[in-house]
Amino acid sequence: MQKTVSFVFVWFALVLLLAATVTASFMLKGPAGLAVSLGIAFGKSGLIYWHYMHLNEEEGLQRIAALGAGAWLLILFAFVCADYLTR
Amino acid sequence: MAETRSVAEPYRDARQQRDAAMLGMYVFLGSEIMLFGGLFAVAAVMRLLHPAEVVEASKALHVWIGAVNTAVLLTSSLFVALAVDCAKGGRRRGTGAWLFSAASLGAVFLAIKVYEYSLEHAEGLLPGLGAPLKVSTPVQRAFMDLYLVATGLHALHLLIGILLLLVIAIRAASGRLLLPERAIVPVTAGLYWHLVDVIWVFLYPILYLAR
Repeated sequence: MQKTVSFVFVWFALVLLLAATVTASFMLKGPAGLAVSLGIAFGKSGLIYWHYMHLNEEEGLQRIAALGAGAWLLILFAFVCADYLTR
Repeated sequence: MAETRSVAEPYRDARQQRDAAMLGMYVFLGSEIMLFGGLFAVAAVMRLLHPAEVVEASKALHVWIGAVNTAVLLTSSLFVALAVDCAKGGRRRGTGAWLFSAASLGAVFLAIKVYEYSLEHAEGLLPGLGAPLKVSTPVQRAFMDLYLVATGLHALHLLIGILLLLVIAIRAASGRLLLPERAIVPVTAGLYWHLVDVIWVFLYPILYLAR
C-alpha cells in the first residue's frame, strides 16, 4: 500500500514536470530554453529510473549497469559539442 | 520452498538469480540507449549547426498532441509499476489487470501517433509517402526525416512492449506464470516499458519544444 502511494506521487510529479516543460517552452528561447527542457527531461528520467525501474532497491553493480550507457553517451555528446562548437 | 524450486543452474540462490536477470536487462537497455543516442546526437548536431531553422521546423509539429501522448505514456508507466507491485505480492488478477491497462494505454499512444502522422501527411510535412513535401528549407526536410525515424523507431519499440505486456498479462491472470516466484518476468518487462517511456521523455522536448 505504501508503495502504491509513492508510485502515484511519482506519477503526479512526472505530470507536473510535463506541464512545467510545456509552459517553459512558451516562455524561454534559445540555449536557456534548451537547458530547462533537457534539465526537466533528466529530472523525469531520474524519477522513473529511481522509483519505477527499481534503482532504489538495487545495489552498486546493477546501478552502474543501468547508468553506464548514459555515461558513455555523455562522452559522445562532449566530443560532438567540442567539435561543432569550436569550428 | 517455492523460491528454492525456481532457482536454475548455475545460480546459488534466488537472490543471485534475480540480480543476474536485473543486470542482464539493464545492460540490454544500455544497448537501446546507445541506439537512440545516435539519433539524439544527430538532433544535437542539427541544432548546433542550424539553430534558427530547427526552431522553425519544431514549431510546425503538434505540441499539444505530443503533450497528451507524453501524459499517456507516463500514466502507462504508473500502471506497469502497480502491476509489478501486485506481481511481487502474488496478486495474479491485479498483475494481469494493470498490465492490460498499461498495454491499452500503449495502444492509445500509437493511435494518437497515427492520427498525428496523418495530420502531418496532410500538411505536407511527413517524408517518405510519395506526396510532394511543403517544407521550406533543407534543414526542415532533414529535421522531419529525423522526426519520422526517431518517432517511428520509438513506436516500433512501443509495439513490441505492448505485445510483451499482453502476453505476460494473460499468463499472469490465467495462473500459468507462477507469482510471486516468477515476478522477475513482469519486473524485467516493466524495465523495458519504462525505458521506452524515458526515451519519449527526451524525444518530446528535443523534437517538439525547440524554441
